[in-house]
Amino acid sequence: MLNVYLFQILNGLGLGMIYFLISVGLTLIFGLLNFVNFAHGAFFLLGSYLCYTTVTLTGNFWLSLLLAPLAVGLLAWLLERSLIRRIYHLPHTFQILVTLGIALIIQEVSIMLWGPVGKSVPTPELLRGIVRLGHFAYPQYRLFLIGFAALVAVALWLLLERTRFGALVRAGSESTETVSLLGTNIFRLFSITFALGVALAGLAGVLSAPLRGANPFLGPEILGVAFVVVVIGGMGSFGGALAAGLMVGVVQSLMASLWPQGSSLMIYAAMAVVILLRPYGLFGRA
Amino acid sequence: MLEVDDIHSYYDKSHVLEGVSLHVEAGELVTLLGRNGAGKTTTLKSIVGLVPPRQGAVRFEGRVINGQEPFRIARQGVALVPEHRGIFGLLSVEENLKIAARRRSRWQLADIYRLFPRLEERRRNGGNALSGGEQQMLAIARALINDPRILLLDEPTEGLAPVIVDEIVRILKDIRGLGLPVLLVEQNLRVCEQLADRHYVLEQGRVVYHGSAQAFRDDPAIRDRFLALSA
Repeated sequence: MLNVYLFQILNGLGLGMIYFLISVGLTLIFGLLNFVNFAHGAFFLLGSYLCYTTVTLTGNFWLSLLLAPLAVGLLAWLLERSLIRRIYHLPHTFQILVTLGIALIIQEVSIMLWGPVGKSVPTPELLRGIVRLGHFAYPQYRLFLIGFAALVAVALWLLLERTRFGALVRAGSESTETVSLLGTNIFRLFSITFALGVALAGLAGVLSAPLRGANPFLGPEILGVAFVVVVIGGMGSFGGALAAGLMVGVVQSLMASLWPQGSSLMIYAAMAVVILLRPYGLFGRA
Repeated sequence: MLEVDDIHSYYDKSHVLEGVSLHVEAGELVTLLGRNGAGKTTTLKSIVGLVPPRQGAVRFEGRVINGQEPFRIARQGVALVPEHRGIFGLLSVEENLKIAARRRSRWQLADIYRLFPRLEERRRNGGNALSGGEQQMLAIARALINDPRILLLDEPTEGLAPVIVDEIVRILKDIRGLGLPVLLVEQNLRVCEQLADRHYVLEQGRVVYHGSAQAFRDDPAIRDRFLALSA
């Protein structure tokens, strides 16, 4: 019985790391650019589909782990340069309208290219086995997912906390005007941050593909969860995205075995409680 | 060196600067005086591109700089220390300096710490944890490490205790001694008179007086007429 819970908690951590990766991009973009990106889930979806195509064409999951986030990031960079940067100054409602439009376009184009029925992505050959610990057995890929996402989290933390680029991103989230007074090309900083945040959504899409496959309706679902995570964790907070992502993942996964119908309900209930008790989220600041 | 030529600047529809002209030459420290709302801060913001003037020109070392993005103007060496210091509270003191550091600047991190030992003591502290005086020192230090060719300061002594004001004055004297030109907006006349080569007085978006420090000192009537501040 205990093993069942351990299994579900590990599943929850893996799911939680995927939620972290998608949410940290969303929160990074919101923190620096004060921009609400409703297309974030669609970029996750694109990551999953690009993974499917790469694996289908080459049989190589590792290639897709490298290429798909890059391709998604590049697309985001082009979109930022051509469209997104023109609407930073508009109210959030307008940003939501535009990015929701982008999300719908990506979703519909995905259906045109890959069909309305979901595609499944095989688990990479190297990780098809099972890890045994006494009586407990656990799929290798899911363990890999937790470990790999943790590495990405550490790398991202180092980037944000220990490099000049990271300091500029944090400074910019306080005052972009002052950052530009110091001679930093704020527009380039915006483009890079937007592309980085979206590439992380693409990476989350790749990592989730062997578990959930790629299907056109993943986008809106994952976007909803990402916003829950960002609201629980606190807008613009790296630690908040990590803690809340893991929390939501574990809650959802445990509920799936305890009370499957209520599994989605619980995460929204958790969000409501957090908003009531801490309006700026667990790690948020006013 | 810096030449502001008949600029008109607006906030939306309100006409704040109605033809301001002034200039700062190499090695000079020039002050911009005037009552609250006279347009002093707006003049500085117009020079650095935060409030681009709709008419007139700003020239720096002979090149027209108005109309350029603020970061491009900053890169040419026009450094503004803004009114509320603009310290990043979530960054450490050292990070505040490092994001501004430029390799070609004559002030590198070690030079800054020699000039401001207090900042070295507090280098790991967050910007939020600094006192007002320390924040002002950090703001000036950050401008210096950013490779300035002219320094614009907006009320650097505002809200500071008298001993700290003296410290800031000493620092500004050092900076002037190194030949870096300074355009200083300041309400504290005692500070201005200790430092300035020339003064400008702004009133309702226009320059209403311009004279050397000597002439200004010798004619108390000017002070009473335009500033009505006690020295």
